[in-house]
Amino acid sequence: MNLRAIGIIAGKEVRSYFGSPMAYIVMAVFLAFSGFFFASSMSQPFPEATVRGFLFPGALALLLLAPVLTMRLLAEEQKMGTLELLLTAPVRDSEIVLGKFLASFIMVAVTLALTLYFPFLLFLFGGDPDLVPILTGYLVLLLVGAMAVSVGIFGSALTSNQIVAAVLSTGLLMVLWLANLTSNLAGGSEIAWKTAVDYLAISGHMQDLAFGILNTTDLVYFVTVIAFFLFVTIRVLETRRWR
Amino acid sequence: MIEAINLTKYYGDFPAIENVSFSAEKGEVVGFLGPNGSGKTTTMRILTGYMPPTAGTATVAGYDVVTNSLDARRHIGYLPETVPLYLDMTVRSYLEFQGSLRGMASKKMQGGIDKVIELCRLEDYYTTDIAKLSKGFRQRVGIAQALLHDPDVLILDEPTLGIDPRQVVETRQIIKGLGGGHTVILSSHILAEVSMVCDRVLIIHEGHIVAMDRPEDLARRLEGVSRVVVEVRGPLREVEATLRQIKGVERVSRVGPEDRVRFQVECASTRDLRPVIAQTVTGKGWGLIEMQAGGLSLEDIFLRLTEETEAAKGGRKP
Repeated sequence: MNLRAIGIIAGKEVRSYFGSPMAYIVMAVFLAFSGFFFASSMSQPFPEATVRGFLFPGALALLLLAPVLTMRLLAEEQKMGTLELLLTAPVRDSEIVLGKFLASFIMVAVTLALTLYFPFLLFLFGGDPDLVPILTGYLVLLLVGAMAVSVGIFGSALTSNQIVAAVLSTGLLMVLWLANLTSNLAGGSEIAWKTAVDYLAISGHMQDLAFGILNTTDLVYFVTVIAFFLFVTIRVLETRRWR
Repeated sequence: MIEAINLTKYYGDFPAIENVSFSAEKGEVVGFLGPNGSGKTTTMRILTGYMPPTAGTATVAGYDVVTNSLDARRHIGYLPETVPLYLDMTVRSYLEFQGSLRGMASKKMQGGIDKVIELCRLEDYYTTDIAKLSKGFRQRVGIAQALLHDPDVLILDEPTLGIDPRQVVETRQIIKGLGGGHTVILSSHILAEVSMVCDRVLIIHEGHIVAMDRPEDLARRLEGVSRVVVEVRGPLREVEATLRQIKGVERVSRVGPEDRVRFQVECASTRDLRPVIAQTVTGKGWGLIEMQAGGLSLEDIFLRLTEETEAAKGGRKP
């Protein structure tokens, strides 16, 4: 694994993000969305000094917006024929995928960093908020963002059409987000099914982190899903060589 | 520098190329000539490591393109058929990106960029967005990119496709200037282009190499006066009959306007028939108005070569 190659590809993509209006639009929409939910959680009769109010809406916004960030990454390369040059450059497929993943993850991180004034306001006016839930809250958003981005890149590898890529990955992410709803469809006897779909659902793995509890199960879940989609994306690139 | 042995590639059940073997020495310019879909791009994609062959092996600069792909790729500059450009980048940032992908240090890269910018005459467009460049200039940026890291091997897929005639000439000059320092493989479906630029020509037809020769020899072999158009002032039937009787003539067919005695004479060998025809016609006391050696079109060449190979295989007709 050549870190330099990953960095070069990531750097190119990050520059390209900031050179197009897309990244700014995504950031603005996310800020408005999460800001609204943070503000509304602060204007309840007995507001808590936490960022919990925007965690779940924020995660949902990430799931919807990340595919917009990632849809271009590989679909455009396929459409323009640049993928052929990239795949014949002295870099590995995995380095290409990781570079692109890193670039869009950086965009997610930057977007989230722009919301850091929420906790700042809490410290300024809220009177002694708990630091740990705030940290784990941001950690969970980063994890959800990374996951959304990995699924997004997977969708982008499947097609040369950006819209198709975005729709595919949003669909996949929505299934993962709402997977636990299907557990109600199963009869009471099918415990295994219920456990499985509950485990698959994103929201179930946010709960503990939102309250400041760092759980290995949750971390393993996110890391596994991210690694799985990156791996499958690399495989998809490789199938082009064998077709 | 390049060694391909029995390369075979199947897309599903369809054989794109079968048992393609060739080699290229250092500094040689080798042209792949063939119609669309003959397997030129497939062969190039195998050499560049884009996809592996179904069977056979190939080495570039001593590295196997499958088992040692990354090392092989370091020695290759590649221009795919669709020029691979990022439209949102400037010429400069594009070249910098390609250079760094190939592991060039920034100092060496600046020198390399200056060199290819000059060679491809892109000085005025250094900071222009690629989206704003015309097709010919985009092609040049593509060539510049392939040359940037000063690779031992250059693989150019249809480098003059779809650009205007003047730019075609310029592009050919650039490529011609590359021989010696680089081993160049280029593909084309234009016979004249390949014979002008290349030291050696490989003719590919339906996934097979049907001929491999120096352009001069190939021309002698193929373009020799095998087809002569002759116009005579004389009695139509008699002229036709006389032409048929000339030794070596295979076919005589009437061409051109009705009121003229004009024939196309074809012979199987590459022997130049013109002196004999001239002698016979003037010997009969007819006037020889015009005689013209008709070159073969690319289609004719393929037909002829494939017939040759079929014949070599034991007279089996396709």
